[in-house]
Amino acid sequence: MYGGGNTFEGIKTDSLAQEDPVKLAEFETRIERGEKIEPTDWMPQLYRKQLIRMIEQHAHSEIIGALPEGTWITRAPGFKRKLSLMAKVQDEVGHAQLLYSAAETLGKSREEMINDLITGKSKYSNIFNYPAFTWADSCFISWLVDAGAIVNQLANAKGSYGPYCRALDRICAEESFHLKYGHHCVIYLATGTEKQRQMFQEALNRWWPPMMHFFGPSDKISAHTEVLMKWKVKMSSNDDMRNQFLDMYVPKIWELGFTIPDPLLKKNTDTGRWEYTEPDWQEFKRVINGDGPCNKERLEVRRVAEERGRWVREALKTPKATYVTPLA
Amino acid sequence: MDNLALKELLYKIADDQLILGHRNSEWTGMGPLLEEDIAFSSMAQDKIGQSHALYSILHELGEQDPDTIAFTRNAEQFHNCILTELPNGEYDFSLMRHFFYDTAEIIRFDMLTVSSYKPLAELAVKVRAELRYHTLHANTWIKQLGNATEESIARLQRSLDHALPYALGIFEESPYEKQLIADGIFEGEVALMENWKNRVEEIIEQTQLHLPGWSTLNPVYGGRSGKHSEHLQPLLDEMSEVFKIDPGAEW
Repeated sequence: MYGGGNTFEGIKTDSLAQEDPVKLAEFETRIERGEKIEPTDWMPQLYRKQLIRMIEQHAHSEIIGALPEGTWITRAPGFKRKLSLMAKVQDEVGHAQLLYSAAETLGKSREEMINDLITGKSKYSNIFNYPAFTWADSCFISWLVDAGAIVNQLANAKGSYGPYCRALDRICAEESFHLKYGHHCVIYLATGTEKQRQMFQEALNRWWPPMMHFFGPSDKISAHTEVLMKWKVKMSSNDDMRNQFLDMYVPKIWELGFTIPDPLLKKNTDTGRWEYTEPDWQEFKRVINGDGPCNKERLEVRRVAEERGRWVREALKTPKATYVTPLA
Repeated sequence: MDNLALKELLYKIADDQLILGHRNSEWTGMGPLLEEDIAFSSMAQDKIGQSHALYSILHELGEQDPDTIAFTRNAEQFHNCILTELPNGEYDFSLMRHFFYDTAEIIRFDMLTVSSYKPLAELAVKVRAELRYHTLHANTWIKQLGNATEESIARLQRSLDHALPYALGIFEESPYEKQLIADGIFEGEVALMENWKNRVEEIIEQTQLHLPGWSTLNPVYGGRSGKHSEHLQPLLDEMSEVFKIDPGAEW
C-alpha cells in the first residue's frame, strides 16, 4: 500500500505573490510540457511545502499501515500465508524508507517527519485508525485497501516531482503482487467453509465505510486544490478515484458472492458513474482529527518503538563508530 | 541408517528456525530504525522458509505435512533450544541472541554440507548461503554497538551475560549423538560448540564487551527434550490461533 486518501486543506496562495514571476512562469511551463521537477531545480515554496506534506503523509501511512496487518504475521494460518504476509508487510516498510528519502530531497529530515507523526502534527491514511479484528480483516486490507492505494498511486506516479514519481513506479510494481496475494486469500475464504465466508462478510461490513472514506471527501465539499492540480501534485479528484476503484472492484466482490453493505450501491449505466450512500463525512473528520477507534493506539505503538530504539540511533551517531558500507 | 536419529536432528534444527523466525517477525513495525525492521523481517522469512524445507524432508520420511507439524504440536513436542523462544525484550537482547544463534547455525549448516544424508547436505548448501548475510548483519551490529556509547556497551554486556547460558543450550546433546557421528550424518554438538566458541571470541574481542570464562557458565538445557520455558506455549497458541479455527479448512 498503503498511500492514498491524502488530505489536502484549503490552499493559501498568498505566498505565490512573493515568488519571482519569471521563474514561476518557467516552472509552470515545464510542468505543462510534462517535464519532471528535480530536487535542485527552482520551485515555489508552496509546491515544496505541499509535496513534503503529501509524500510525508504517504510514508507515515506505510509504517502505520504495517501495524494492523503486522499483528497477523504471527497468527497467519500456515506456511504459505505466513511467508507471504511477512514479505508483504516488509515491502510496506521498505516503501516508507523510499518515500522518506524522496521527501528528504525537499529539505525535511526523516527524524523531523517521524517526530511530527508521533506528536500528531502530520497525518496518515485515515483507514488505519480502524482495528483488524480477525484474519479476514487483514485479507481485506491486503486486497482492497491496497487496491485503493494503487488507484491513487498510479495517478500520482504521473505527477511532476521526479523523486516521488520514481519511488511510486517501484512501489506500484510491488503492490501488484500484494493485490494478488490479498485476492488469493479472499478467494480461499469465499470458497471455504461457512465460517470462513462469514468471517470475510463481517470484515467487509466493518471495512466498507472506511474504504469509501479512503479517497477523501467528496468533490462537492473538498477544499479547492486547483493550483495543486495545475502543478501536478494532485492528479485526480477524490470522486474520480473512488469511482475508478468501485468500477474495478465491486464486480469482483460480487463475483465472490459477498454483499456490500450499501443498498444504494449501483452503477448508473447512463453516466457510467457509481451511485452510493453518501459516506458519513462527519465521522471521517472526527477520526482524522484523532477520535477514531485506534488513533491513540497506533501512535502510542509508534511512540514506544521510537523511544525504545533511541539508544540505537544515538549509538550510530557516535564519532567512535566505524562507517559500514551498506550492502545494497 | 536409523531414521529416529535423523528425525530427531531434523526436528530440532527445524524447530529452532521456526521459533526464532517467529520471534524475528515480531520486530516488524517495531524496530529501532526502518532498516532494522526490514533486516529482521528478511531473516525471519529466511528462517521460516528454512524450517519449511526441513519439515518437508521430515514429511518425505513419513512425518505429517509441514503445516500440521508446525501449527498443531504443543510445547512438549517441540525440540527448539530455549534461547530461541525467549521473548524479544529490548533490541540489545534480540541482537545478542541473533549473534549467538546465527554464529552457531552457519557452522552447523557448514558441517551439514558434507552430511552422508544427501537431501540434508543439498539443502545445507542453500541455507549456508542465506545465513552468511545473517552473520554479516549480526557481526556488523555487535561491533558497531559494542564500541559506541556507554549505554550501548552496557546494554550489550547485560544481554550478553543474560543470553550466554541459554546460548550454550543450543548444544545440548541428543541421545543419538554417537550414532549420527558414526553414520556421518552430523559431526556432533561438541565439535560445533568448540568451533562456535572460537568465532564468538573472535568478534567479541573486537568490541569493548567481555566474555565470562566458559567454565564459569551453567548451560540452560531442556529445550531439546521438550522441557521449555513458560514462553513457548503462548507463542504456539498465537501462531496457531487462526489455523485451529478449522484445521481442515484451506486458508
